[in-house]
Amino acid sequence: MDFAFMRDTFLTLMGGVPLTLNLAFMSVALGAVLAMLLALMRMSRVKVLDWPAQAYVFVFRGTPLLVQIFLIYYGLGQFRPTLQEWGLWTFFREPYWCAVLALTLNTAAYASEIMRGGLQSVPHNQVEAARACGMSGLLLFRRIVFPIAVRQALPAYGSEIILMVKATSLASIITMMEVTGLAAKLISQTFRAVEVFIVAGLIYLILNFIITRIIMAIEWWLSPHLRRPPAIEPRLEAAHV
Amino acid sequence: MQQLSYFELVGFGPNGWGLALLTAAGMTIAVAICGFLAGSVVGTLVAWGKIGGNVVIRSLADGYTTVLRGIPDLLVIYLFYFGGSAALGAIGSLFGAQGFIGVPAFVTGALAIGIVSGAYQAEVFRGAYQVVSRGEIEAARSVGMHRWLMFRRIIAPQVLRYAIPGLGNTWQLVLKESALISVTGLVELLRQSHIAAGSTRRPFDFYVTAAILYLLITWVSTYLFQRAEAHSMRGMRRAS
Repeated sequence: MDFAFMRDTFLTLMGGVPLTLNLAFMSVALGAVLAMLLALMRMSRVKVLDWPAQAYVFVFRGTPLLVQIFLIYYGLGQFRPTLQEWGLWTFFREPYWCAVLALTLNTAAYASEIMRGGLQSVPHNQVEAARACGMSGLLLFRRIVFPIAVRQALPAYGSEIILMVKATSLASIITMMEVTGLAAKLISQTFRAVEVFIVAGLIYLILNFIITRIIMAIEWWLSPHLRRPPAIEPRLEAAHV
Repeated sequence: MQQLSYFELVGFGPNGWGLALLTAAGMTIAVAICGFLAGSVVGTLVAWGKIGGNVVIRSLADGYTTVLRGIPDLLVIYLFYFGGSAALGAIGSLFGAQGFIGVPAFVTGALAIGIVSGAYQAEVFRGAYQVVSRGEIEAARSVGMHRWLMFRRIIAPQVLRYAIPGLGNTWQLVLKESALISVTGLVELLRQSHIAAGSTRRPFDFYVTAAILYLLITWVSTYLFQRAEAHSMRGMRRAS
């Protein structure tokens, strides 16, 4: 083990962390919006809305992410004249936006199933109780359904976020220089696969560790009913001593 | 040159890439199956370590699953591909061979997939083992069954039964992961589509075809896993 080399590697690879986090954050945030839409479509019980959502989830969960990335980045190049005509080529020319788009579409398929599970796990009697108090529509969703669904879905959504952080590594194949991209470049320059691998793996582990801690904190914050009540301090003056 | 239609392009005619794509799909399935089986072996050992090992073995097994599930699979493939060649080169130079020795892409790919999916399969097996009732294990022990016999007759059949749904998920993961092996140059489905896309300048058609073939494979394997699950549950009564 050459520790000086590993320190340099660490400093080099840290340069890719902002891009990795950027890709993960963008795709998770945009994917959540799309996923919510898909989950609502699937729960609408309207066939015209339900079927496309089901097909979407089937296609995006059944094909490798790398194929989706290639399809968007290389595949859409086949329609370059049309895209230029529509003014979309500036978007699809950039590997960054292609990666964000592919990751977003991919995570939306997985996240919509998680959200659907969360929404469907909201106990019916709580919704009824809210209705009985005269709540309905958006207020009911905002105050009752959504918070309970989020609480239920958060553990699964947390692992989806971790999967997305790992999935950003595929953006390196379409020339994005995030952590894995820099690592691959470094390996092919130095042929020291093991050292670079250890450092890159360590960076991902640290990132994922921090993210899981944040999600655990949110979980803790969202479930005050599961926390133990604070211990009551014995008050001496009340005791008959 | 006149533009070929989509079906001429992916068909089996003189200009068609159909046969090449199907062969590549076969390669995808082959590398996925080999990786999956390697992963089963690794997963069984790691699950065993997690259940029955002492403190050292258990923390090693825990560390393995945590690390392998926390880092991108692409990195593992790079490690095996580049690191494997370096290791072989080092071993080769001990025996007087000169220069770079390339590792076969199929072997590195299957091993990388095996190492990664082993971490997931270990969790599946561990979860399934916890369903096997303690009483049956005690009963087996009390009639004098030895470890191996007990594993073969009591534990393995039941663990497999409860592990099938989880193994189905892992298989889907492995199948999709096999697309990453295209970076090492193994001519599997994605790589072949990439080659075809490059030489015909029709990338969209070929990547869509690859996606369809992947969907077909996942669809058939979902069906097979459902059949296997139904078969393994015959004679079991289910709640609800």
